[in-house]
Amino acid sequence: MTDRWSAGVIPYAEMGYWQPDYEPRPSDVLAAFRITPQPGVPPEEAGAAVAGESSTATWTVVWTDRLTNYKEYQAKCYRVDKVPGAGDQYIAYIAYGIDLFEEGSIANLTSSIIGNVFGFKALKALRLEDMRIPPHYVKTFQGPAHGVVMEREYLNKFGRPLLGATVKPKLGLSARNYGRVVYEALRGGLDFTKDDENINSQPFMRWRDRFLHAIEGVNRAQAATGEVKGHYMNVTAATMEDMYERAEFARDLGSVIIMIDLTVGYTAIQSMAKWARRNGLILHLHRAGHGTYTRQKNHGVSFRVIAKWMRLAGVDHIHAGTVVGKLEGDPNMVRGYYDTLLLDRVGADPVKGLYFDQEWASMPSVMPVASGGIHAGQMHQLLHYLGEDVVLQFGGGTIGHPMGIAAGATANRVALEAMIKARNEGRDYMAEGPDILRTAAKRSRELDVALATWGDVTFTYESTDTPDVVETPTIS
Amino acid sequence: MRITQGTFSYLPDFTDEEITAQIAYVLGNGWPCSVEFTDDPHPRNNYWEMWGLPMFDLVDPAAVLYEINECRRAYPSHYIRLNAYDAGTRQTTALSFIVQRPDEEPGFRLDREESSDRRIRYRLHPYVLDRPAGQRYV
Repeated sequence: MTDRWSAGVIPYAEMGYWQPDYEPRPSDVLAAFRITPQPGVPPEEAGAAVAGESSTATWTVVWTDRLTNYKEYQAKCYRVDKVPGAGDQYIAYIAYGIDLFEEGSIANLTSSIIGNVFGFKALKALRLEDMRIPPHYVKTFQGPAHGVVMEREYLNKFGRPLLGATVKPKLGLSARNYGRVVYEALRGGLDFTKDDENINSQPFMRWRDRFLHAIEGVNRAQAATGEVKGHYMNVTAATMEDMYERAEFARDLGSVIIMIDLTVGYTAIQSMAKWARRNGLILHLHRAGHGTYTRQKNHGVSFRVIAKWMRLAGVDHIHAGTVVGKLEGDPNMVRGYYDTLLLDRVGADPVKGLYFDQEWASMPSVMPVASGGIHAGQMHQLLHYLGEDVVLQFGGGTIGHPMGIAAGATANRVALEAMIKARNEGRDYMAEGPDILRTAAKRSRELDVALATWGDVTFTYESTDTPDVVETPTIS
Repeated sequence: MRITQGTFSYLPDFTDEEITAQIAYVLGNGWPCSVEFTDDPHPRNNYWEMWGLPMFDLVDPAAVLYEINECRRAYPSHYIRLNAYDAGTRQTTALSFIVQRPDEEPGFRLDREESSDRRIRYRLHPYVLDRPAGQRYV
């Protein structure tokens, strides 16, 4: 008969990683994993294996555990629920003691939680669905360099979503042509223009030339409108030294905002967030690459977890879905991401895919950004699904306007302001949206032409990442 | 030119009825209104002059409109804006839009000072600032 400390291999559940009686402490980091065990592996053992491999365990018993207060350091799988209607999938809830993690380090947190377990043979698939970050740990992070309130006060823009556009084509424009697009889009009525994620410093346009021409466009547009304008200058580069050099140059030119890509890595993001707070620039994050691990429902990391990590890491903006555009996004799931980024207290809500209550303990909020295949004709839907605290980015929907870029920008701004006005007047703007836009278009040829060009373009594909629970209408 | 600060500058100027509807929305949310005016339209001019204190206890849209009209009578050619303040959660402005603007808006001059490495220092200069405050839009 073997006991817990006999040399050899014993099930994780028997090593203390499965504790159905465990009551999570307020300071525990909690995780909800969607597990798909291999045939013959009991779900409790699979959950215990994830708890073990993401904390203290290795594949065999080691006597050196007995030199530690191992019960404290072991993660505990305390609950396993079958996913309704999903055959072999279970949600495993795991609690981690806060001592497992270095203060204020996303790299350390993620090396534990997702470092080792995703290739585990006993599981066919594994997905990190959600996390509860306790206030004790939240408070060890800087959080967003500025946050939504500071950004709005800095830009002097209130009561409506902000408007942006990504300069297109993504690749190939010379710096001089590029600055033209910036100027036209901003003077037409947008608040921001944006470098795309893969515009860094290529042979056709080096970063310094782009920054110089873009800031000329920004200043010209400010003079033409009397409004604060910005261009997200992408400082993504191969090394931190290069990124700091580019960020400092953007600062010295008077830019209000810079951007980085998710591909630079968590540590670089945290470094840039500290730099951005120190230097007073808003920090925009493009979630380049996230679809490789957020989209499939049975394997990877949910975007709501990435949203939480990025709020801790300290970005001011993050792309978080459009619902109605060309990229993946179920309405309820997207609402869950937006709530996670914007609210101070977020309640668990299975319809939105939120497994835990999350308290942010006054950490500033992150401005969500909606980008990808959206246009002025969808303004009522965008306002309905995404609300007021969001940057709506119309790239093609601005630059592709038949009357020119500035006209495209004006069309978007007129549509937005008309919809906000109608909402504030108490109108059912979702139902009357097309009417509201047509009426506004009578006073704006730019909007009229935009509606004629894109009015009925939609992207109706089914989402792959949907909640397990469907909202059922209450019968009254 | 037309300066486009504020929530509704791309729509035609609001009638008093349209302004009243926005005030009703604001007060319905529990946000106090305030009226501010200026003759310096620089986008970084955050501190427009206050037409009295924020109206914390006013709940009648007509009373807010009355204050707007009083401000218009006193400053017939200034910019005037209506602000709504959300003290509840955001502790910042919730809505802000221009309710009067001068007939003529001369706009801004962009001065450039060329320096080394192709860098340019920009300076945004409202043409009206060449005249003293109070005599800018007469």
